[in-house]
Amino acid sequence: MKRPPKDTAQSQRGIGRRTLVVGGLQLATAGLLALKLRSMQIEQAETFRLLADENRINIKLLPPARGLIYDRHGVLLAGNEQNYRITMTREDAGDVEEVLDRLSQLIPLSDTARAEALKEMSNRSAFVPVTIADRLTWDDITRVTVNAPALPGVTTEVGLSRYYSQGADLAHVIGYVGPVSDYDLSRIENPDPLLQIPKFQIGKTGVEAKMEEVLRGSAGTRQIEVNAIGRVMRELSREEGQPGADLQLTIDSALQTYVEARLEGESAGAVVIDLENGDLRAVVSSPSFDPNLFVRGISVAEWNALNENPFRPLAAKAVQGTYPPGSTFKMITALAALEDGVLDPEETILCRGYTEVSGNRFHCWKSGGHGNVNLHDSLKQSCDCYYYEVSQRVGIDKISAMARRFGLGVRHDLPLSAVAEGLAPDKEWKATVRGEDWRIGDTVNASIGQGYVLASPLQLAIMSARIATGRTITPRLIHTIDGVETPKQSDDTIGLNENYLRRIRAAMDAVSNNNRGTAYGSRINVSDKRMGGKTGTSQVRRITAEERARGVTSNADLPWERRDHALFVGFAPVDDPKYAVAVVVEHGGGGSAAAAPIARDVMLQALYEGQPPLEAYPSNVRGRISEQQRAIQNRVQPGAIQGNDRA
Amino acid sequence: MSYLEYNVKSVPTGFRKLLFLNWPIILLLCAISSAGFIMLYSVAGGSINPWLEPQLKRFALGMAVMLGIAMIPIWFWRNVSAVGYIVSVLLLIAVELFGEVRMGAQRWINLGFMVLQPSELAKITVVMFLASYYDWLPLNRKSHPLWVFIPVMIIMIPTALVLKQPDLGTALLVMIGGGTIMFLAGVHWAYFAGVIASGVGVVWAVMVSKGQSWQLLKDYQYRRIETFLDPSSDPLGAGYHITQAKIALGSGGWTGRGFMQGTQSRLNFLPEKHTDFIFTTLAEEFGFIGATTLLTLYVALILICIFSALQNRDRFGSLLTLGITMTFFLYFAVNMSMVMGMAPVVGVPLPMVSYGGSAMLVLLVGFGLIQSAHVHKAR
Repeated sequence: MKRPPKDTAQSQRGIGRRTLVVGGLQLATAGLLALKLRSMQIEQAETFRLLADENRINIKLLPPARGLIYDRHGVLLAGNEQNYRITMTREDAGDVEEVLDRLSQLIPLSDTARAEALKEMSNRSAFVPVTIADRLTWDDITRVTVNAPALPGVTTEVGLSRYYSQGADLAHVIGYVGPVSDYDLSRIENPDPLLQIPKFQIGKTGVEAKMEEVLRGSAGTRQIEVNAIGRVMRELSREEGQPGADLQLTIDSALQTYVEARLEGESAGAVVIDLENGDLRAVVSSPSFDPNLFVRGISVAEWNALNENPFRPLAAKAVQGTYPPGSTFKMITALAALEDGVLDPEETILCRGYTEVSGNRFHCWKSGGHGNVNLHDSLKQSCDCYYYEVSQRVGIDKISAMARRFGLGVRHDLPLSAVAEGLAPDKEWKATVRGEDWRIGDTVNASIGQGYVLASPLQLAIMSARIATGRTITPRLIHTIDGVETPKQSDDTIGLNENYLRRIRAAMDAVSNNNRGTAYGSRINVSDKRMGGKTGTSQVRRITAEERARGVTSNADLPWERRDHALFVGFAPVDDPKYAVAVVVEHGGGGSAAAAPIARDVMLQALYEGQPPLEAYPSNVRGRISEQQRAIQNRVQPGAIQGNDRA
Repeated sequence: MSYLEYNVKSVPTGFRKLLFLNWPIILLLCAISSAGFIMLYSVAGGSINPWLEPQLKRFALGMAVMLGIAMIPIWFWRNVSAVGYIVSVLLLIAVELFGEVRMGAQRWINLGFMVLQPSELAKITVVMFLASYYDWLPLNRKSHPLWVFIPVMIIMIPTALVLKQPDLGTALLVMIGGGTIMFLAGVHWAYFAGVIASGVGVVWAVMVSKGQSWQLLKDYQYRRIETFLDPSSDPLGAGYHITQAKIALGSGGWTGRGFMQGTQSRLNFLPEKHTDFIFTTLAEEFGFIGATTLLTLYVALILICIFSALQNRDRFGSLLTLGITMTFFLYFAVNMSMVMGMAPVVGVPLPMVSYGGSAMLVLLVGFGLIQSAHVHKAR
């Protein structure tokens, strides 16, 4: 269908006419817009510029109160205290230097604080208040308030700041808060506007960091009208924020404090687990540090002292430190062999003091050897040769699989900083990580918890707990959040033949309570509270053939950092286990001499829920123990808040 | 209907088509977009991220798409206009079913490589389809009620779908764009008088329905209308946007506060300063001179397009050009009225200037069609 030319022409005329109308309307609208622009930007420009300059509405955030942290019995561990501070606004102060001079006559103001404040003020807009001094006393505040007319631009403010009532005793568990840094912000995908507040405090380590979202709460808002220089003219509305949720830990702070005191002077880690529900009753690393130092702003000298201390106070050894578990690993090797069916528990193996494996000589700790030993005796006397033999039968892969079943070489999910994974090595691990083939000597070393095997005190306590119960006890640190109990972790049966576990437990009973056991000296002297356990002494150096011929140098004659680590794992009461414990003393010497007594004291403290009677101890040590108890009672907790002067 | 009615021999072929492009349109588009680039750089605080760089990429892509479309003969576009219309209606239904909800409205559909706003697409396809409809319709039937009813349905189906998202601004744009084609095609005056009268009736019904069980608009839309009528009633809440926008715009004065010196946008008083409210930043920083310059560029672009349409003896080409021009005009007129407090805040971007992919791409597709009509017109 071809359109006739006349039709096209008529169509064009029609469109042309109507386009004039539409185009006219468009031009008229554009003209109207131009007129409106003219009226607003030229005729009313003054008015609008005044509005823009003088009448700005600001929304300020009100930081919420941070959630409190309690121990299992309701003892306040981390609270908020009122904190008076002084801020200064450059714009209002006029001569900043002079006002600061006057201020320093009224309140203590160090040169560094002064320099920092000046730098901060020059970095920020003239109308932003900058904190000059923090944590002032009420007297300081009144002096400043009285002299307010001479101090233009200076305002006093009250805020909340964190304090840790138990000081150093829970520093590694609770951690501490500090001002949010650029690095913190860069790690958070969608930062809460609260974090933009200068010097807003967020959790940096430990529970404070891991439970940050729960503890923080949500911001309130304050709408204020400000003038051109940012001075607040009036408050328009105010909406309070939502305080953070309170936490209750499973930690028993009295026990924690006792353990911290008992470990004083050592570089050590200790963990106590409640076998009923996996609650961590104490997670102790020694030495510790005062977390309040970090909240208040740690000085360079204090920081250097902490950092350069060879005992590494900042390290959370209980969960973060990994050590060769030494003989405490022998239960795992034995269970792997029993489970695999390659070991009869009654079978005896001859220990001559050493075993030859592919041309290398592996020594037992007892140079003369133990003679013929069965499973029970091998654990009781901690014979090494027995495990050299057994491990070759079962192979490393089954041993490390068993270790993982007992919580070694596995990262446990706890809200703590740097929870170590440890290492339960196998052939695949060595091939991928080290790029080397697994050698039989590696298996022999691993069988007694040396070589590549690494475990943290937490993992050793879990292992002990699982041996004691035959269930997969899983640790729990948070008891309640905002009053709601966190669900108990699953604790299914570990799926091992109960007969094997019973034999292992009986042998561990003998370790502590048979007079030939390696921890007999550190037994609990009450028959229904008996502790079963296993000592461990792990080497950190190689003993040469030469030295062995001459006689192995005793730990006391070695420099501290070359001495053996002392370990002990245990549970009690043997007949109805309630608690499992693990103690690692770095370079402490022998497990029976250095770690077992600590474990015994800690266990008694837990079982008696306080100081045990002297009768619980073997009679020959009671005199020393009562002295030790007195010393611990008179100890001053470093950094702890004494008395009731701060509620 | 076939391409035979076009005088094919007089149409340029191959790369010669480039010479016959409407180059003033391209220059004006570049000039307007450059104003946008400058403002996006400014509102980001003097940084090409997060807005300028993606915008530049989209502009480059859009210009390539425009040239591609311009190279294809206009009769091809007329023949596929029905398909384009059906696809965009299907997309509008799809967005209703699977679309992403952002800022309280269901407008986006994720295509994997980009998020598409089908309502933007509908603005062009409705105009295209109506233009081809009137190209096909014999002139003597254009005012017959049945032949008026059909284009009304063509307009109302996508309009209703867009309104349901809900996106009042786009719905109005689609409706007015379609209505303009009907008017230009020569439908009788009386119909339009009737529509305007019933429009007033609808507004009345909308206002009466408020608070009733059959309430026609969402609450936030009522609040926007109320604050439009009286912004001072709620200066901290719903009226905040308009009040702050007016302050920014008005405080610009003759020459503005200078590039990157606008206090309102610097201090974050302005909402959506990189999208719908970008004109206020421009007016604040470059003043009356800057704002009217942009307005003049827009008007020049419109006039050149109208001129091109009037010279085009092909009914489809000229109706399509005028319809797309109208759509473009509506974008900037509604957006500017909105930020100056002369129209409710309905969420219409400033064309080629506001940050956003769908609108810019669709507009450049539209200008591609205008170019195609220009290149392939009978000479």
